[in-house]
Amino acid sequence: MADAAFLAIAVLTIGSAIAALELRSLIYATIALMGTLGGIAGFFLLLDSPFVALFQVAVYIGSIAVLILFTVMLVRRELIFKKIEDQRRRWAGIALLLVFLVAIGAVIIDSGIKSVTTDEPQVDYREIGSDFLTYYWPALILMALILAGAVTGALVLARREDVESEQRAD
Amino acid sequence: MLKVSNELIDFVIISVALLGIGIYGLAVKRNAIRMLFAVEIIINAANLNLVAFARFLPNSAGQTFALFSIAIAAAEVAVGLALIIVAYRMYQNIDIAEFRSLKG
Repeated sequence: MADAAFLAIAVLTIGSAIAALELRSLIYATIALMGTLGGIAGFFLLLDSPFVALFQVAVYIGSIAVLILFTVMLVRRELIFKKIEDQRRRWAGIALLLVFLVAIGAVIIDSGIKSVTTDEPQVDYREIGSDFLTYYWPALILMALILAGAVTGALVLARREDVESEQRAD
Repeated sequence: MLKVSNELIDFVIISVALLGIGIYGLAVKRNAIRMLFAVEIIINAANLNLVAFARFLPNSAGQTFALFSIAIAAAEVAVGLALIIVAYRMYQNIDIAEFRSLKG
């Protein structure tokens, strides 16, 4: 049975996920998204995975949320507060959500997952570190290259060529 | 703590709920930044599943994969936001229904 900490984090996560999609202001929605990501980090702590939890906090709350906040601030003021959606699609979306929840929920509850518990000790995070540097080292290097490529690509995409040429003309 | 007091099914149900909310957001919203939020929520639901199953197997591979997944998601957000900025500069809007220069 779930304990109190689990229930509190569950309410925080689901509630702020809904708020992130439904709040009118994009800035408050970004802060609500931070709540969701922090709640997921809390679940990782409950699952005895402090390394992944801290990685989640560092990457998501530390960098991605700030990146999204700055992007939101670049957008025109009235667009931040305008809700862009169709009312008909909204009801269709809620229907899709309910159908999805009932279908997947029925499959999961009907499966054998319900009785799974464990008495085994948690995985040591030293094991994760040594896995990274021994068995997974090609993937680690590839991931570093992908990150570098993605950041370079983002910088190149977002660069404004017209501003630079104006400065050169001066 | 040797034994987790929560069961696997609790985490899986939370994960399914987050996935459902994310799919709802992708289906309903036309704001590009909100759609990115929905994608983030879906990715986090997947990560939660990975770590939960890694804890209950128990196996360190799930946690390793979750770490890779988080890092790739960071790259995806950087590129996605750059694309949104470029589209905003071209159309002065973040409504994806307005991004129609590829429309035939």
